[in-house]
Amino acid sequence: MAQITVENLGKIYRIAARDPGLAGAFRGLFRRRHREIVALDQVSFSLEKGELLGFIGPNGAGKSTTIKILSGILRPSSGRCEVGGLVPWEQRVQHVARIGVVFGQRTQLWWDLPVVESFELLRDIYRVDAVRFAKTLERLVDMLKIAPILDTPLRQLSLGQRMRAEIAAALLHQPQVLFLDEPTIGLDAVSKLALREFVKELNRNEGVTVLLTTHDMHDIEALAKRVIIIGHGKVLRDSSFEAMRNEVLGERRLIVDFAGDVGDVAVEGAQVRARDGRTVEFAFDRASTAVHALIARIAAAHEVEDMRVEDPKIEEVIARFYAMHGAVDA
Amino acid sequence: MGEFALILRYVRNCLRAQMLYPTAFMIRLVTQFTVTIVEFGGLWALFARFGHVRGWTFPEIALFYGVVSTAFSLVDMSTRGFDMFGPQFVKTGDFDRVLLRPRPATTQLVGFEFGFTSIGRLAQGLVAVVVAIALLDIDWTAAKVALLLWSVAGGAALFAGILILQATLAFWTVESLEIVNAITYGGVEAAQYPLDIYASWFRKFLIYVVPLGCVVYFPVAAVLGRSDMTGMGAWFGTVSPLAGFAFLALAFFAWGRGIGHYTSTGS
Amino acid sequence: MSTLALPYLAILRARFVLMLQYRAAAFAGFVTQCWWGVIKVMVLAAFYAGHPHQPITLAQAITYTWLGQGLLGLLPWNADPEISEAVESGNIAYERLRPVDTHSLWFARAIAQKAGGTALRILPMFIAAAVVLPLIGLGEWSWRMPATADAAALFAVSITLALLLSSAFVVLLNVAVTALKTRRAANIAATLVNPLSGMIIPLALAPTWAQGFLFWQPFAGLVDIPYRIYFGNLAGAAALEGIAAQVLWVALFMLAGRWWLADVWARVDTQGS
Repeated sequence: MAQITVENLGKIYRIAARDPGLAGAFRGLFRRRHREIVALDQVSFSLEKGELLGFIGPNGAGKSTTIKILSGILRPSSGRCEVGGLVPWEQRVQHVARIGVVFGQRTQLWWDLPVVESFELLRDIYRVDAVRFAKTLERLVDMLKIAPILDTPLRQLSLGQRMRAEIAAALLHQPQVLFLDEPTIGLDAVSKLALREFVKELNRNEGVTVLLTTHDMHDIEALAKRVIIIGHGKVLRDSSFEAMRNEVLGERRLIVDFAGDVGDVAVEGAQVRARDGRTVEFAFDRASTAVHALIARIAAAHEVEDMRVEDPKIEEVIARFYAMHGAVDA
Repeated sequence: MGEFALILRYVRNCLRAQMLYPTAFMIRLVTQFTVTIVEFGGLWALFARFGHVRGWTFPEIALFYGVVSTAFSLVDMSTRGFDMFGPQFVKTGDFDRVLLRPRPATTQLVGFEFGFTSIGRLAQGLVAVVVAIALLDIDWTAAKVALLLWSVAGGAALFAGILILQATLAFWTVESLEIVNAITYGGVEAAQYPLDIYASWFRKFLIYVVPLGCVVYFPVAAVLGRSDMTGMGAWFGTVSPLAGFAFLALAFFAWGRGIGHYTSTGS
Repeated sequence: MSTLALPYLAILRARFVLMLQYRAAAFAGFVTQCWWGVIKVMVLAAFYAGHPHQPITLAQAITYTWLGQGLLGLLPWNADPEISEAVESGNIAYERLRPVDTHSLWFARAIAQKAGGTALRILPMFIAAAVVLPLIGLGEWSWRMPATADAAALFAVSITLALLLSSAFVVLLNVAVTALKTRRAANIAATLVNPLSGMIIPLALAPTWAQGFLFWQPFAGLVDIPYRIYFGNLAGAAALEGIAAQVLWVALFMLAGRWWLADVWARVDTQGS
C-alpha cells in the first residue's frame, strides 16, 4: 500500500483580471472580470514509503500547487489524494502532525528568537515528548552542523544557516514524510551540497519519504532516482531520470583537444557540434557508435593532446524535454 | 501541552522579547497611555465647557468610558494576530504555515503577538473608572461590582468577536480593513455615552446589530441606578452582556467559513 | 523642468492607480468615515442641546466634523510604511541609489499618498454629508457650504497648505525613522497630531486659556485653521494670520527634515550603515 496516492488531481483557480492603466483601474472599482486558470489537470502518481521523488517543471507548472494539496493547506477542485491513509485537507490536524514541510526562502521560525527557542516552541506546538525531543534534536544538530548557531536569533543568520535550521525545524517531530519546495534556492554552493547530502542520508538511513520540487537540476542529479515532470498542470513524465535522459537526448559528447591546427575533422559515427581553435566537440549516438572505436578513428587521423567524454548537461536535457512537450513558463 | 498552556508559553516568549528593549517598551506603553488619556481629557474638556449632556454628568460618562476602554484594551492585547491577520498572514502567505501546524489557528493567532503596550490603554480605562467612582456617590454592593465586571466581560467578548470578523474578512479582501476600526474604535467612542443621547435608529443598531449597548449601557446604567433612562428595567442590565458572547460565537462560525474559503482558493 | 518632475509625477500616478485597485478598502473607508461622523455629530448635538452658545455654533461644529472625516487622509499619523519597512529590513540603502533628491522624493511620495487617499474619500463623503443628508431631511446634521466665496477661496489655499504641512511632517517622521533605525521613532506622531490638530475636539471648544498656544502650534494648520477659515470663524486678517502660521510651519518642517536627513546620510557615508 503506497504511502502517498494521488489520483486525477485537478485544481482550477479563479482570479480577478484587471485592466491596465488609470481608466482600467477606475472601471475595476465597479466591475470585476474573472478568468480561470487550470493549475492541475488529472495528475496521478503514487509514492512508496522511503522513496525520494523529484518534482520538476517550468514556472507555474503546478509544482507548488501539488505540494500545497499534499500538505493539506489547499483543497483540490477534483480528484483524490491520500497521505499515510489520511486525506490531507480533511484531517488537517492529524495529517500535519506527521509531515514536515520546508518552503525555500521562507521560514517558519520566529525571527527574533534564538534558534533553539524556536525549536522548543515547536516541540510544544507539536506535542513532542521531552526526552524524544532531546534525542532528535541532538541528532539533527549533529547531522546539520548547527550547534554554533543554536543560540543566535534567526535574523542574524545567513540564508544557508537559516535553511539548515529550517530543515531541522521541519524534522523535530520526526515526520514520516518531508516535502521540500525549492529548498536550495538562493543558497551558496557549499550550503547546497550540504543540504543534498543531508537529504540523501535522511532518506537512505532514516527512511523518510521525501518529495522535492526544484528548479535546480543538480539537486535532481544528486538526489532523485525518480522524477516527475509537470508542465501546464499535467504529468509529462514519471520515470527514472536516466530513462528520460536516454529518450530525450541519448547522445553523448566527445571533446577533443588536438595537438596542432586541424582542417577537416569529419569522422565516421559522429558529428562535429562545435569548434573553438584546436578544440572540437563531437556528438555521437551511444547506441550506434562505440566510443572506443570513435576515439581510435580520431586518434589515427590526427594527433590528439587531450579528450574527454561528457553527457549533455542536465539543463539541456530538460530544456529539450520541455521543448518536445511544449512546456513553457506559465 | 494544552491550548491554554501553549498560549501562556507564547505570552512568556513575547514578554521576554519585548523586555529585551525595556526603554522602547516603556516608551510605547507610555505613548499609548498618553494618547488615550488625552482623549479622556478631551471628554473632560467638553464637560468643562458644556456642564452636562442630556442629564448625564461627567462622572457617570466616565464610568461608561472606563468600562468600554478596559474591555477593549484587554481584547486589544490578546488579538493582535487577528488584527494584523490580513497583512501579516494572508498577504504574505504565512497563514499556510499556521495551517501546517497541528493546532487550531485561533491558538496560534492569539499567541502571535501579545500587545503588552495596551496596558497603557488599560491603565487609562482604570483611571477613568477610578475617577468615576471617586466622584460618584454610589452605594457599592458586591452585586454592583459583579455587574460591572460582568459588563467588562461581555464587552471583551464583543470586541473579540469584532476583531475575529475583521480577520475573517481578510480572507476575501487582502487589504487590512479600516471599516472594522470604525466599529472597534468607533464603538469605544459611541459606547462611552449612554445610548439615550443618540437617535433611536442608532440606539437600535447598537443594541441589535453590534450589541455595544447590551454589554455596556444597560449594565452600567443599572449600576448607576439610572435604569429609568434606558427604557428597560434594571434586570435587563444583568442579562444583556450575554449578547457579547452570542456575537463572539457568530464570529467564530464565520471564521471557520473563512478558513474553508482560504483552503479552496489558495493564497 | 518637466524632465526633473518626471520621476515625481510617475510616482504620483503609480500611487493613484494602486489606490484605485483596492475598491473594497475604498468602500470600507467610506463607511468608516460616515459612521464616525454620525457618532460625533450626534454627541455634539446632545451637548449643544443643553448650552447652545459657544465660540463656534453647532452647525459649524458639525461642518468641522464632516470636514475632518472627509479630509482624514490628509493627517500624518505615521511615517511612510514603506520607509519603515525599508529601514528595518536594511533596504533603506536603495533609497540612496536613486538618482533623485531623497527629501524631495519622500515629499512627493507623501503628497501623492495623502492627496490620493483623500481624493478617493472626500467625494463620496461630501455627497453623503453635504447633499444626501439635507435631501433626506437631516439638513441640521449636514455638511454646510463655505461661509462666503472669499472663505472658499482662502480655504482652498489653506487646505493645500495643510497637505504640504502634513507631507512635510511625514517626511520628518521618515527621517526620524531612518535616523533612529526603528519605526517606533514615528510613534509620537499620533500623540501629537490627534489632540493638537483639533481632531479630538475643535480647538475653539478647548479651554479659553489654551487658545493662544493652540493657534500657533504646528498642528493647528492641519485641521483647525483651514476648517475655521471654511466656515468663516477665521476671516479677513485672522484668516491670513492662520495661513501665515501654516506657511511658517511648512517651512520649518521642510528645513528641519532636509537638515536632519543630510546629517543622516553623512553618517551613512562615513559609517556605512
